[in-house]
Amino acid sequence: MNKVLLAVLTAAAMSAGAAQADEPFAMQIDARQGIMDYRALQMGVMGAMVKGEAEYNAEAAQKAADALLAAAALDMSMLWPAGSDSDAVMESAALPAIWADGSDVGSKAMALVEAATALQGAAGGGIDALKAAFGPVGAACGSCHKAYRKSDG
Amino acid sequence: MCVSVLKRIALSLMLAGAIGAAIILYVTRPQGLPDDALDGLVADAARGEVVFWAGGCAACHAAADATGEQKLVLGGGQRFPSPFGTFVAPNISNDPDAGIGRWSAMDLANAMTRGVSPEGAHYYPVFPFGSYARSTLQDIVDLRAFLATVPADSKPSAPHEVGFPFNIRLGLGLWKMLYLDSDWVLTGNLTPEESRGRYLVEALAHCGECHTPRDAFGGLRRNRWLAGGPTPDGKGNFPNITPGKLDWSEADVAEYLNSGFTPEYDSAGGHMALVVENTARLPAEDRMAIAAYLKRVPPIE
Repeated sequence: MNKVLLAVLTAAAMSAGAAQADEPFAMQIDARQGIMDYRALQMGVMGAMVKGEAEYNAEAAQKAADALLAAAALDMSMLWPAGSDSDAVMESAALPAIWADGSDVGSKAMALVEAATALQGAAGGGIDALKAAFGPVGAACGSCHKAYRKSDG
Repeated sequence: MCVSVLKRIALSLMLAGAIGAAIILYVTRPQGLPDDALDGLVADAARGEVVFWAGGCAACHAAADATGEQKLVLGGGQRFPSPFGTFVAPNISNDPDAGIGRWSAMDLANAMTRGVSPEGAHYYPVFPFGSYARSTLQDIVDLRAFLATVPADSKPSAPHEVGFPFNIRLGLGLWKMLYLDSDWVLTGNLTPEESRGRYLVEALAHCGECHTPRDAFGGLRRNRWLAGGPTPDGKGNFPNITPGKLDWSEADVAEYLNSGFTPEYDSAGGHMALVVENTARLPAEDRMAIAAYLKRVPPIE
């Protein structure tokens, strides 16, 4: 639990730091990065069980999967104004390709919702069901990051 | 008389210059392996598949958005911008004309360990022969056999978009003389697992090609091995993956190379996501070996 608390505090501190910077679209960028962090935290709860670092707990897994689906399904459309890409704003790791012709960022976001829906249906049903549904969510994260997020950490 | 002396001096200088240039071109000419280098090696395509995924061939030569079986369609086309121009990954599919279907194992060995094409031209070091030069010839022979099993793609390779003077490939011989160094970077007593990790990181997986910073001429700075640096397009940074910066456990590293998840459940982005799609196909012990090696690399802050 301490680890989660620490991660929340760290994320909050980082967001506060970003908000102070006088960059365009700071609010939007903070919000979308905060949503990403929120998803990552839920993935972390389930990931620890998948990796065997934490004992499987149906209730905790279900709670995390519910929260993940809620965060995956959020309407983020107002958070992606043109000009808030990684070329324009240092704080952003969102590649300009998101806004370019032929961008399929919308269908990749839908793929995440689908995978998170399946995970939400499976997470409370035992460790094997959790494991099977966890991988596709990771793949959905990765597929979008591969195309649309700057690679450096 | 004065004029004739000057003329003679000028002529001698020109001649000396021409001889000098000829010597440099001769010394740095594209050179392949000895003809008998592969004698006695028997190809095993199944082993070659492990070499293929460890070598990350598909990360550059397949389409960036390829998934599943499409990863074996090695038609090239991915673009790599750099200060020297934009390089375009060529077709290395099994097509006899557009790809490398006609290549012998020796052709592949010369390409990977010497950076020399079957026609005897230098390759640009964007093709990581500087790392592949450390691979075993057995692995290359096995890889050749595996590459003969992937589909043919008849789409011709696109030319690199590189301007003068970097479009003069003869100059690459000089680059090789300065920088091509197939000695191990990490030396000393290593466990078998760490040695396997070293082989994967320093040779096949060619991690240092991005994670080690380069000097003004594009040579790797071995004294900053895996310490990260700016990306060639100047828009970002490759992370430092020495213990001076990367504090993940070995299990964390292995997990990242399998699922793409960091310990914080962020996931790999950009080209590293492509790399992970390759390392995910390796045996689990190989991912652990990479992690074990990374813990042994000299820490750089």
